[in-house]
Amino acid sequence: MIDRSEVLHIARLARLSLEETEIEAITAELSSILDHVDQISSLDLEGVEPTAHSVAQSGALRPDVTMESLAKDAVLSQAPATDGSGFEVPSPGGGS
Amino acid sequence: MSSELTTLSATAASAKVKSGEVDPGELFEQWLERSRLDDLNALSWSADSVPAEIHADGPLGGVPLGVKDLFCTIGVPSQSGSKILEGYLPPYSATVVDALTAAGAPLLAKTHQDEFAMGSSNENCAFGPVLNPWDRGRVPGGSSGGSAAAVAAGLVPWALGTDTGGSIRQPAALCGVVGLKPTYGSVSRYGMIAFASSLDQAGPITNSVADAALLYSQMTGRDSHDSTSVDHPDPVTQVAAADLSGVRIGVPTELSGEGIEPGVLEAFNASLELAKSLGATVEPCHLPHAPHALSAYYLIAPAECSSNLARFDGVRYGLRVDPGEGLDAMYGATRSQGFGPEVRRRIMLGTYALSSGYYDAYYGRAQRVRTLISQDFDTAFESFDVIATPTSPCVAFELGSKTADPLSMYLSDFCTVPMSLAGIPAISIPNGLSEGLPVGLQLVGPAFSENRILGIAASLEAAIGFDGSAARL
Repeated sequence: MIDRSEVLHIARLARLSLEETEIEAITAELSSILDHVDQISSLDLEGVEPTAHSVAQSGALRPDVTMESLAKDAVLSQAPATDGSGFEVPSPGGGS
Repeated sequence: MSSELTTLSATAASAKVKSGEVDPGELFEQWLERSRLDDLNALSWSADSVPAEIHADGPLGGVPLGVKDLFCTIGVPSQSGSKILEGYLPPYSATVVDALTAAGAPLLAKTHQDEFAMGSSNENCAFGPVLNPWDRGRVPGGSSGGSAAAVAAGLVPWALGTDTGGSIRQPAALCGVVGLKPTYGSVSRYGMIAFASSLDQAGPITNSVADAALLYSQMTGRDSHDSTSVDHPDPVTQVAAADLSGVRIGVPTELSGEGIEPGVLEAFNASLELAKSLGATVEPCHLPHAPHALSAYYLIAPAECSSNLARFDGVRYGLRVDPGEGLDAMYGATRSQGFGPEVRRRIMLGTYALSSGYYDAYYGRAQRVRTLISQDFDTAFESFDVIATPTSPCVAFELGSKTADPLSMYLSDFCTVPMSLAGIPAISIPNGLSEGLPVGLQLVGPAFSENRILGIAASLEAAIGFDGSAARL
C-alpha cells in the first residue's frame, strides 16, 4: 500500500527524522490504516459536494481596526532562544 | 462550616454559595484538598492556594473547575499532553476558560490527556497514562481521560474536555460520568491547542446532566477570535427533565449491533425499554454511510493535524533539539523527539493524504463522504427527535491491551465519530454497569438542539438512576 521510499518522502515533507529502526514499523502501520480507510474508494461519490466544515457560514468579518495584541516580552519569554527582540534560529544553510 | 461541601453536586454547591450559605473560599479550599488525593495521574497541575478573586456572584457561583491540559491558561502549564510543550506557560487564556472564570468557575486543576488529543485511552500522554477510578488496571478512555477520571473520582466538581471524534463522550462513558459534545461552532476554539480544526469542540464533563447544562450555558457565544464560532440560536439556560411521551427515538441499526459488546448492548436495550415505559417511541433508523465515518475521519482529522502541528518547530515555544546541522535538521530533530509515536503516525498519515497525487483519492473523497454522513442525519431527524446509540462499543479496557495495534484503538470511536463529522451535538450519560464497569448511552440531536437532548438526557438519567459513588476516592 505504501512503501519505504514513500514513507521517507512523507517524513521529509512533515519534517520528521525517522530512525532506521522505526521505518519498517511505521510503513506497516500506515499500510494497515490505509487499507482500512480505503473502504471509501468503493462508494459512488459522483456529484457529491465535499464538506470542509459543518458550519454553513462564510466571510465572518470584523471591522478592519487595529487591536491590542500580546506583549512582545510575554511571547518571547516562551521561546527556546531569543536575542530579546526576536526569535533566534540556527542558520538555514547548515551549521549553527 | 461543613466539611462535606465536596459531596454536593456542582449545581447544588453553586446555589448554596449564591444564597450565602456557603463561603466560596471554603468551597475552593475543600476542593483543593480533594484534588491532592489524585493517585490516578488525572491531574497535570493544581492550584496552590485559593485565588484572590472568585466571581462567586456569577451564574456558576464559585464552583471550581478542572480544565483539560490543552486549553491555554495564562501562566499555568498548558502542554496538550506533549513533551514538545512541556512546561509551556501561555501568555493568554482560552476564551472559554476566561468566560467560565468570569462566570464564577475559578481554575482548580488541569487534567491529563492523550498527546494533542489523539487517542482513546490516555495511554498516549507524554506524562504517563491516567488510571480509571473504577479499576486501576484499566484505561479511563480518551482523549479527555484526565477530566473524566477526575470528575468520576471526585477530584474536581466538574471539568472541561474537548471532543474531536469522541474525546469527551467516550471517556465520560468509560468513567461513568456525563459528557456533552456541543454543536460545532457554539463554543469558541480560541486558545485550545488545535488537533483538527473543523472537528474540535470544547464541552463539559460532569456528574449530572444538570451540571453539564449549567456549565455549558456559560460557554457559548460568538468570539471575534474564532471565525467559525457562532451565537447559539437557542441558548441553554436551565434544563428541566423532558416529558418523554411522544418523543421519537431512532436507533441506527448501523451503530447498535455488530461490533458492540453484549453487556453494553444489554444495558443499551434496557434503557430503550425504560424510555418506552416513559412514553417514548423507539424505532430503528438508518445512517447508511455511518460505517464509513471512521475511514473518513481517519483521513480528515490526520490531514488537519498534519497542518496544525506544523507550528511546533522549535522556534517560538516549547522544545528545541538542535543537532548543530542547520535549521532543517533542528526542525526534524525537535519534531521527532518532541512528538510521541501516535502523533508522529497521524502527522505522517495526514501528510500522505494531502500530498500531491493522493489528495483527491483520500482527502477529497473523505470530504465527500462527510457530506453523505451529514445528509444521513438530516434525513433521520425528519422522522426522529433524537438518535440513541451506545457511546462506546466496549467498557474500559485493560491498560496496554490496544496499544500495539493503532487500528483496533481507532475502532473505539466507531459510535462517536459520525456526529463529529456532522458537527451535531451528542451527550453521553451513564447507563449502568457491565462486568462492574460503566457503560454510556449516547443521545444525538440536530445542530443547536442542546436544550432538547439535555432535557431528554435528564429524564433518562433519572429513570436509570446510576450510582457512581464507587469511583469516588
